[in-house]
Order: sequence, then structure tokens, then C-alpha cells
Amino acid sequence: MVSIDVWNASVDFPIFDAKTRSLKKAVLGKVGGKIGTEQRVPIIEALHDITLSLKEGDRVGLVGHNGAGKSTLLRLLAGIYEPTRGASRIVGKVAPVFDLGVGMDPEISGIENIMIRGLFLGMSRKQMEKRVDEIAQFTELGDYLQMPLRTYSTGMRVRLALGVVTSIDPEILLLDEGIGAVDAAFLAKARTRLVDLVKRSGMLVFASHQDDLLFELCDSAIWMDEGQMKANGSLRSVLTQYKGKDPFSHLDKETLERLGEAPVLTTKSGEV
Amino acid sequence: MSPPVPSILVPATSTAEPEQQAPPPSSSSRTWAKAWADIKSGFRQTELWGHLGWQDIKQRYRRSVLGPIWITLSMAVTAVGLGLLYSQLLGSAISYFLPYLTVGFIVWQFILGCLTEGTDTFISNEGLIKHLPAPLTVYALRTVWRQTLLFAHNMLVYLVVLAVFWGPLTEPYRLTEPDGALQPGISWSVLLAIPAFFLIAVNGGWVVILFGIISTRYRDIPPVINSLTQLLFFMTPIVWSTDILLARFPGEDLGWKSLVAELNPLYHYIQILRAPLIGNVQSWHNWVVVVGFTVVGWALALIAMRNYRARVSYWV
Repeated sequence: MVSIDVWNASVDFPIFDAKTRSLKKAVLGKVGGKIGTEQRVPIIEALHDITLSLKEGDRVGLVGHNGAGKSTLLRLLAGIYEPTRGASRIVGKVAPVFDLGVGMDPEISGIENIMIRGLFLGMSRKQMEKRVDEIAQFTELGDYLQMPLRTYSTGMRVRLALGVVTSIDPEILLLDEGIGAVDAAFLAKARTRLVDLVKRSGMLVFASHQDDLLFELCDSAIWMDEGQMKANGSLRSVLTQYKGKDPFSHLDKETLERLGEAPVLTTKSGEV
Repeated sequence: MSPPVPSILVPATSTAEPEQQAPPPSSSSRTWAKAWADIKSGFRQTELWGHLGWQDIKQRYRRSVLGPIWITLSMAVTAVGLGLLYSQLLGSAISYFLPYLTVGFIVWQFILGCLTEGTDTFISNEGLIKHLPAPLTVYALRTVWRQTLLFAHNMLVYLVVLAVFWGPLTEPYRLTEPDGALQPGISWSVLLAIPAFFLIAVNGGWVVILFGIISTRYRDIPPVINSLTQLLFFMTPIVWSTDILLARFPGEDLGWKSLVAELNPLYHYIQILRAPLIGNVQSWHNWVVVVGFTVVGWALALIAMRNYRARVSYWV
């Protein structure tokens, strides 16, 4: 049973190289987490008092301003950061696709990067060798996989990363913004694969600023603001609160039908 | 005539339900169980750190014609150069002193690598640590494995030196004439080099974990270690031997002179591996010291893992 539970979790970053004095009383407005000043070492409260419970089949979108804590929350859910206060429990095989420039070696070939990523995600070398052809086919990179990664465009890197994580049957898939760099045709292909994956006993958490991507991949959402969860619920209601207007209202009927949404937003308490 | 607007209820989602099924466990980052689990699963992922360690070596010499042979070549040049110079300076026969210095230098390189690159282990893997969940031990083993591979390359120089000086080395000899200690020469006891290297590599493990964690938090530690290694190299009998120290001041009380070497832990590490490889007198007390350091070192590394394992991803 795949699940992620987080209880009153906070993530505080100590900033060792910042001078305490210059940061005293400095509280940023909209951008960035709160900066604590009581301690000797200044602290950025990237996440504050997060409580959530995700289970199999969930497809959650993360929305919020830059610096609202989306990426940090994803890392908390991946188990990379253990909460400084509170607790978290992650059950299942996690496959993150975060910042695409990092975690891949630009000097080695695409194939070797696939291998290393696969090994990191708990595969054995043999299992990965079996999957290389499939990944090559899915990513449409072909002979390019023999080239060093530094010759790849951003979109090609996204293809590679998505190819790896979707080929290994992860249970918890965590995607950060940036996968929007691929073209529409590939995105459609990836969507089917990702949705399939979630259906087959999986979970998806996806941070993005692009509404259309969220529509395609998620059905519920969490709105992060200043390191706190401001709202959560269905994708449509959270996006409506976040944007101040219903983002589905100007979609055409076919798209809505495909996404299984009604032209007018309704909630349990009635129309918004 | 407008079509009826379907009124679909927004499906209830499972995100952040107010009721949680399980009671929240107490924060469990700082437990022995988690530290132990990290080390255990790290060791289990042999393919991962094995691959990463190899990749590091290949990476260093990518696009160079000779590739990793450069490791061997540069060690050979250094050993021969220093061997020729110091054997003359210290009045020792080249056939004994060159093997002595070569092996000492190879072992030193391994220890030096674990110390200096160990301080850098987690810092240099920042990208991976922040982007992929993996046990910290994987990065420590990557560093130790890389050093082991470098050591293996350097051992080729030893084999060549051994082949060249096989004759003199297999007879009893004195490193310095006339009053150096009598060495038995290479015999089957050379096999003790295998457990000796294993023990040194095990020590590499705790050094990398402990110094890696401390250095990630306090970035002054790597430069401190770097400047101390220089001094340590000259303080440790590598390019000189304890024979010379004792011969320099004949007739005096030997106490303080042997202490110069005996109080230096690195001397014991080098001695357990060097002595069998070049047929020197082996002493059990070197093994005792090294085993003692292994136990204490791993205990400290485990404490560091327990308390600060979860903090490393915050500190890098």
C-alpha cells in the first residue's frame, strides 16, 4: 500500500553564511519563506506545520508563488529532507524528477545517465539494460543516447528523465516544474504513460505554474503560500481560489469532456 | 434551448484529510535504527557505488589517450624520482629503499585520498543528495571505492618494482647499513597484506563518514585537514625510515626517538601494509593500534550518523 503521511512537519534551513545582523527584522513579503531571527544562525522556515496524507491513486498538483515551498515540499515527500519538527512517513518506491540540470552528469552519455539514475532509483544494472531500448523508443532520442548529455537541449533532458522514471514502475512519482519544456506531442505521450502509472497503484505529485499541465496530470491540488498549506482539495476549486477565477471556464467543451470536468464549477456547497 | 448544465460534485480527494488513520509517530530522525538502516542499505547498493566510483576514475581521464594509466605512470615517476634522491641523501641502497618508499607512498596516497576527498564527500555530491533520495553511505562508499581503484592502479608500480628487485628483497637485508634493523625479506607472510589493506579500507569508511559530516557543517575543516596532511606526510616514516632516526643519535636513550613514529597513528596504518609487502619485520602492536582506531573511529562515525545523518541534506 503506497502512502505518504506528514504530521505537523516543518522544514527549517539554517543559513550559515548569512550575517545575522543584516537579516534581523528582515521579513520578506510575498517571495520566500519566513526568516527566523531568534537563533544565532539565521533560519529560513521553508515549510511550516504541514499536515497531509496522500494515498494510492492520488494525482496532486502543487501551486503557489516562487519560493512558496513547492520544491521543498516535494523533497520532504521524497524523503530527502526529514522534517526538523513533526514527522513524516513514506511508504513506497519514490522516483523524483526535480531540477533537470542537477543529478545528471553532463560529460557522460545519455545511456550512462539512464543507468546511473536507474541504479539510484533502486534498479539493478541488468534490469536497466533490459529497459534501455524501451526508454530509447519512448524518448525518441535514438542514437542521440550515445552522445554526452551536455549536447542535449532542455527538452531532451526532460524526455530522458521522464523516460527513466516511467520505465521503472515507481510507486510515488514526484515531478517539479520544468517538465513543461517538452513539446506538445511528447507531452501527450507522457501524459498517457503517467496517468497509467498512477492507475497501476501509484501516486503523483506535480508542482507547476502551467495550468494546462496541471489539468492534464492532476485531479486534486495543494496551494502553498509562504511555506504553509493555504488550501487543498480538488484541482479546480484550489486553482479557482489561487487565481481568483475559474481557470476551466474558458476551456472548450471537448477539452473539458476529456478532462471530465463540468463547464461551470460546482462544489459541495454549491456554485462558486 | 440550452443543454442542461450537468451538476457534478467535485470528488472528495484524499489530500489532507482532517482525520489521520495512524497516530503520528514521534520524530524519528535521530535513532540508531535509522543510522544503521542507512549504512546497511548503502552497503547493499554495491552496483550503485561501484558504478559511481568507476565513473569517477573514467571521468578524470576522459578524452585522454592513456586514460587511467596516467595514475600508474605518475605514481611511477614520483616513486622513482623520490627513491633515487632519498636513497642517496639517507645513504641507503636503492634496491631496498626504492621498494620501501614506493609502497609507503602508495599506502599514503590511499590514506591521503580518504582524508582529503572524505572531507569533500557530501559537499561534492550536493546535487545528487538534494535531488535523489539515497542513503548517505552510498556517497561514502563511492569515495572509498574510488580510492581503492586508484590504489589498485598504483599497485602495478609495486609489482614492477618487486619484479626488478626480487633478488635482493627475498634475502634478509638491512634498509640502512651498517646498523639498521635486520629485515627478514619477503616470504609467505606477504599474504598478510590482504587483511591489512582490508582493515585500512574499513578505516577509510569511518574517516569519510565522520569527516564528511563534520566538514559539511563546518567548512573550515577541509582546509585544516589539507594543511595538516602536508605536515603529516613529512612526520610519518615514508621518505625516511625509523632506522635513520635511531642511527642519527647513537648511544642516547631511544625513548623519545621511537615515540616520534609510535605516537603517529598513520605510522601504524602504513606499517601493517608496508611491512609484509617489502618483507620487513612485522609487529603485532601495529595491528593492535589500527584495530583500536577502527573501533573508536566507527563508534564516532555511528554517533555522527545517528545525530546528523538527516541534517546533511540541509547543510550541503
